[in-house]
Amino acid sequence: MSNTTQGIRGSPVAAENVVFKTTPESATDPSRRGVLTGALALAVAPGVFLIGGRAVAKPNDQPVSESVRWGLLVDASRCAEGCSDCVDACREEHGWGGAGGKPTDPQWIRKVSLKDRTRTVSLPVMCQHCESPPCVDVCPTGASFRRADGIVLVDRHICIGCRYCMMACPYNARSFVHEDIEGQKPHMPRGKGCVESCTLCAHRVDRDQQPACVERCAHEALVFGNLNDPESVIAQRLAGQTSTRIRPDLKTNPGVYYQGL
Amino acid sequence: MIRRLVALAVVVLIGAMPTVLAVEGLSPLIPQGKGERCVEETGFMRRNHMELLKHQRDETLYKGIRTTRHSLQECIACHAVPGADGTPVTIASEKHFCNACHGYAAVSPDCFMCHASTPGPDRPPTIKGGEL
Repeated sequence: MSNTTQGIRGSPVAAENVVFKTTPESATDPSRRGVLTGALALAVAPGVFLIGGRAVAKPNDQPVSESVRWGLLVDASRCAEGCSDCVDACREEHGWGGAGGKPTDPQWIRKVSLKDRTRTVSLPVMCQHCESPPCVDVCPTGASFRRADGIVLVDRHICIGCRYCMMACPYNARSFVHEDIEGQKPHMPRGKGCVESCTLCAHRVDRDQQPACVERCAHEALVFGNLNDPESVIAQRLAGQTSTRIRPDLKTNPGVYYQGL
Repeated sequence: MIRRLVALAVVVLIGAMPTVLAVEGLSPLIPQGKGERCVEETGFMRRNHMELLKHQRDETLYKGIRTTRHSLQECIACHAVPGADGTPVTIASEKHFCNACHGYAAVSPDCFMCHASTPGPDRPPTIKGGEL
């Protein structure tokens, strides 16, 4: 241990190589999912494991992989006007939205109504998790980034709050935190001076759970899944029925699809 | 010879006592975690906990690696100190585990500007506060 300590003090490069090569958790704790996947799973691609024929999320100690592209399908024909369950679920999950309801309060997801001569449709709009995200293009510090599995996030550790990404986003999906925050959720650190937006519930997705909005929607208007897996529900729904995306002309290739518009 | 040695020992002990007492009074009071031992050796953690946390934060944020061994959430859960009402104290309290040393050394950690300094409601503290 003393050698390791000296290593980390001597050079940060050595620290990368020596100090952090700790035993993977799955090796030290036999009760964890890693052993199950090790024994039962057939690895078909990095990050994707098959257990009993069903694709499940990666083990805790494995990085996310490009073989997965997480996406969301919003079926506007099922989405009920006046219902804001998805917005409430998101707010409760992540703790955004001030009590005062100021126009400057953060807003990760909102309900929008579209009207034409004959009908009105209601649908939620949130970060569209683009394949070519304009927010990432313009970010001067590299805080805006796209995870390998397609989820677009903000690294608050290096966000300087310049808000270029908010101006660049064609979907008005990002918010700036103007005021001090207290009582953050342990899984969702948030603070004044940073830009934030929908994370597609990355913390839940990494644990093989659905995003909070999808789980809450009683009308089954939201479908979450792996766009790259032709067997997934979302891919089959997209293959079976016409869908559209917001501003496809911008060629951002969003991961959020809409049907029934 | 033996008498001399005993006399010397007594002198040394008496001389050292005020020093020991002084150090005890001046050292930070570090609350004990609830487990048998920390995830790494104590001396190593004192020197390097910030490096481990920084490494883990990038692994989690960019790669989605969510192991618990060096996770800030786990540190907070294991080292939570209950306040007078039994709920864990926040970083605002000088009894908070991080504050025990950081307050003593007058080094302000920025982590808790964003991160929760207490465990979630499903992780109640099980340790006694203020013990060495």
